[in-house]
Amino acid sequence: MSDNFLEPAGRKDLGLTAAANSNKPLTAEDKKESSFIKQLLGFWITFITQFKKVTTVQYPEVKEPTAERFHGRHQLNRYDDGLEKCIGCELCAWACPADAIMVEGAANTDEERFSPGERYGKVYQINYLRCVFCGLCIEACPTRALTMTNEYELADSSREKLIFEKDDLLGPLRQGMIPAPHPMYPEKDHIAYYRGEVTGSHPSQAPSGEGK
Amino acid sequence: MNPVDLLGNDPGWLIAAKGGLVFAVCVLLTLMAVWGERRIVGRMQQRLGPNRVGPFGLVQALADGVKLALKEDLIPKAADRVVFVIAPVISAATCFMSFAVIPLTGKVTMFGHETVMQLTDLPVGVLYILAVASVGVYGIVLAGWSSGSTYPLLGGLRSSAQVISYEVAMGLSLVAVFIYSGSMSTSKIVAAQDHWWFAVTLFPSFVIYAISMVGETNRAPFDLAEAEGELVGGFHTEYSSLKFALFFLAEYVNIVAVSALATTLFLGGYHAFPGLGFTESWLGGWFTVVWFFIKVIGFFFIFVWLRGTLPRLRYDQFMQFGWKILIPASLLWIMVVSTLRVMSQRGEPPAVIAAFTFGVVLIILFASSALDNAKKKRLAEFEEVDAPKPSFPVPSIPSTHELSQGN
Repeated sequence: MSDNFLEPAGRKDLGLTAAANSNKPLTAEDKKESSFIKQLLGFWITFITQFKKVTTVQYPEVKEPTAERFHGRHQLNRYDDGLEKCIGCELCAWACPADAIMVEGAANTDEERFSPGERYGKVYQINYLRCVFCGLCIEACPTRALTMTNEYELADSSREKLIFEKDDLLGPLRQGMIPAPHPMYPEKDHIAYYRGEVTGSHPSQAPSGEGK
Repeated sequence: MNPVDLLGNDPGWLIAAKGGLVFAVCVLLTLMAVWGERRIVGRMQQRLGPNRVGPFGLVQALADGVKLALKEDLIPKAADRVVFVIAPVISAATCFMSFAVIPLTGKVTMFGHETVMQLTDLPVGVLYILAVASVGVYGIVLAGWSSGSTYPLLGGLRSSAQVISYEVAMGLSLVAVFIYSGSMSTSKIVAAQDHWWFAVTLFPSFVIYAISMVGETNRAPFDLAEAEGELVGGFHTEYSSLKFALFFLAEYVNIVAVSALATTLFLGGYHAFPGLGFTESWLGGWFTVVWFFIKVIGFFFIFVWLRGTLPRLRYDQFMQFGWKILIPASLLWIMVVSTLRVMSQRGEPPAVIAAFTFGVVLIILFASSALDNAKKKRLAEFEEVDAPKPSFPVPSIPSTHELSQGN
């Protein structure tokens, strides 16, 4: 990956920057109509361009990586033991300028716990026909539950398919994570979770440990 | 036996077979031309062009044709239905017709018959092509008129004005060829270029023809009839489906046809390149078609190159160029050529001919410098004119230099 994504590697400055920065006033020489021979130079340019490297990317077969912070599809993150970070506060929905997010919070119980603390997001929908990928929801999220991925291939064949549910948005279960609902890490409260003190799941959190 | 006698002996079924062959070649060339143009223009713009359908995207044009055929065929309510349907047919049919007199090969054996690959050989073959091309304009004009809408009408009118203007220059550029070959039949013109191409000996004619053939085919930079920035689609704005496909076909067949005519009249037709030592006996016969198509494809490449390089002309500039430069230049050139021809036929000594040529060159140089001076003088007068100073104080106009000093 090159350092600057907006500037393809090897691209030359056409002298436009230098021309813009120079303090040279316009002279009669600049305004003079170019000669016939000069106009013919255009033919040479189009001719040699044929033999230059084409810049086309063969898209479906070849995929160029996006910019690192490209605003793509959202993801609902989990803590390292598998509990969800979303607390159902709806701040993302309120921040959304396009009204693309719908959140319905519900209370966690000791029997069915999805996130540390009191509440969790029971229903979480993002409508990608409305979303403008501005990222205000990410800024609004108090627990970093909502972030954006670099995935941009979101086209689909119906309106319904473009309303992503919580299941579609939840991040993958990585090593050591146990799918919610399950109890919190023993002797840790939601503040400890928030501080990042939980770095994996405890055997007692597994469903078998509860005898379910 | 000369081509005319050979053609005269053709049985009916052979003529039909040749007609079918010419038609097939035209359609095939069109398909390849569309693909080739898009690929070449793509490379000129540092992109690839169509490369999805078939190997290298070769059948892209065919896929486009199928797509067009499957589309809904619309006829606007305000359109004159009969003319609206006939217009594209006229346009396409005439393009194919002009191919009838173009000799594609020398003497060949076809199904056991000795003949030439040429549908017919009229004594006024070139005039026939010009006439057919003019009829083809009716297709465009009628299409524009019968659509019953503004932009097509403007496109059709532009096109008629354009083609009429450029056909004058085109016809005039051919006069020199007629004078030197002593015939208007295409096969005789080809035969007259055994040693020297007319593109070399009659270079000014060739240049004028090459320019006017671009104007004649409504191609960039002279594609004012369908200037998409101004007239949406020009004369074919209201056309869809197969009728649009016919216009599309007509445009490309027309390009191939004028290229073929240019090849025949100026580049020695199906003859090999001079100096290579190819004769009738060695690589003659059917192989001559290769030479012919190499030349035609060369012309086609120039068409594409022009399109990839030049922006469209403004309408008034275009007309000025046609009427004030091309036509007078070709008239002058015809006078010079015919004088030279008469002189050499009368057997004037070379010194006289050289002196005459020298005199003509001198006159042209003198005239062009005088014109240049007049233009400069006019421009100087124009610059001297100054607006009267106002009686009230005005701020000085800052130059770009002063503006950038402030930063």
